[in-house]
Amino acid sequence: MEKARGTVFKYGDNVDTDVIIPARHLAITDPQGLAAHCMEDIDKEFVNKVKAGDIMVAEKNFGCGSSREHAPIAIKASGISVVIAETFARIFYRNAINIGLPIIECAEAAREISAGDTVSVDFDSGLITDETTGKTYQGQAFPPFMQEIINAGGLINRINANA
Amino acid sequence: MTAGQLIEASLDLVLGNDITSPVAIKEMEKFKKEGVFDKEKIALVLDHFVPAKDIKSAENCKCVRDFSGAHGITNFFDVGEMGIEHALIPEKGLALPGDLIIGADSHTCTYGALGAFSTGVGSTDMAAGMATGKSWFKVPGALRFELTGKPGPYVMGKDLILHIIGLIGVDGALYRSMEFTGEGIQYLNIDDRMTVTNMAIEAGGKNGIFPVDEVTKAYLEEVAPCKAYTAVEADADAVYDESYTIDLSALQPTVAFPHLPENTKTFDEIGDIPIDQVVIGSCTNGHISDLRMAAKLMAGKRVASGVRCIVIPATQKIYLQALEEGLIKTFIEAGCVVSTPTCGPCLGGYMGILASGERCVSTTNRNFVGRMGAIDSEIYLASPAVAAASAVAGRLACPG
Repeated sequence: MEKARGTVFKYGDNVDTDVIIPARHLAITDPQGLAAHCMEDIDKEFVNKVKAGDIMVAEKNFGCGSSREHAPIAIKASGISVVIAETFARIFYRNAINIGLPIIECAEAAREISAGDTVSVDFDSGLITDETTGKTYQGQAFPPFMQEIINAGGLINRINANA
Repeated sequence: MTAGQLIEASLDLVLGNDITSPVAIKEMEKFKKEGVFDKEKIALVLDHFVPAKDIKSAENCKCVRDFSGAHGITNFFDVGEMGIEHALIPEKGLALPGDLIIGADSHTCTYGALGAFSTGVGSTDMAAGMATGKSWFKVPGALRFELTGKPGPYVMGKDLILHIIGLIGVDGALYRSMEFTGEGIQYLNIDDRMTVTNMAIEAGGKNGIFPVDEVTKAYLEEVAPCKAYTAVEADADAVYDESYTIDLSALQPTVAFPHLPENTKTFDEIGDIPIDQVVIGSCTNGHISDLRMAAKLMAGKRVASGVRCIVIPATQKIYLQALEEGLIKTFIEAGCVVSTPTCGPCLGGYMGILASGERCVSTTNRNFVGRMGAIDSEIYLASPAVAAASAVAGRLACPG
């Protein structure tokens, strides 16, 4: 798998799917249409500032709440290349893998990396490098089963490949 | 089988609603294999934004309706038959002990009240489930909650689950199963149990589950009289990550303050909080016993001046039952509005959106920033008893 490299958007604990993509926009199904409202209830500037490849870093329980797949879809379509968090809520975790949005758990990186830092992530090894501070962190690499799904480009492609 | 193991398992039911199904239906088109695995084992319920609140919602409903028609989905529930999915599925006898159920809605964990393993997933998992009848799972670790004692007259399942979320936090059960057991469960009716398992997700839980007892059997006798099932019990030597004992007789009416379900307080810690709106309903608390409790506290009284009170029976059957029992009359005479079943206001869809700075006491399940409307509005999660008492008082109020 390739690496990700970009500028960090930083958030705290318990970022819920209602703030990632508020329900008033849930009738939208087009990814770009969802991305236009991504994070708007906690960070109005996000959609204006985010560039392709940028990285989201948050603390505990990222993506808690609703099962809406619209949340990882909106994040991915906004250009975010990877989300780093101390922990992810489990439905968000599954959804991200299933749609091919890379995510990685690392408590230390989640706490120490600051907004605006340039960070790179090696998906194979789980190594996270904060190029701004020079610090490196060992994130948890995906178990092989999940890497298979991600490498296949999502759950449905994997099922098709094994059919 | 041990915690942490990855397994693939066969599904007894795959569920979706008008928000999540259109995304899943679009994903279905990508499968090489056409069609669904079993048209009897898929349930599609239009409940979030129906009757359609706008053109986009109408298009989403049409997408699900067309798909259901094309594939002959047996358990498709449209306006007129629908109810809020997690109240409707048990009522239709579609969730049984020992079943493995996934649903593209986070509150799918509700059916653990009947001894099923049920959990929320996203639309892609729903699509894969509809196509193959299988899904992958990581076997969860478990937390055990032993319930003792008998709850007081105005203490409900909602108070229990809010108390637990306050105790362990919104990620206290992350990736894990929440098992409820002990002699105290006999005092919780099926509606209360469904409220408890419904909000397992609010503690980060993968599922919540009760054992099958006489209360469960009596309920199943009513909703699924001819269906066979195999109850699954925890092994005597089951390993738990943590165990808690909760004395139901010591529980007090409990309120979760903005903006997280873990911000719980009891009335000895609650000052004067004037309110603008009350919502009584949702998959969490739109059951018949919830409406009975609310009506009991509102009978012969009026909703306080300046407060709107919205009552939403969770299904058509509950609505009719409430009508026949005179509960709807009580609500209307008290100055409430009563709506057709819908998830509407719970997720800020419609039917009770909050303006800037407004406060709502709600029997729903989430009080996140902006969940029910303006980002500076406030949601106080509570039981139907607290909600009804508060509607009458015009401020957060303890029932009884």
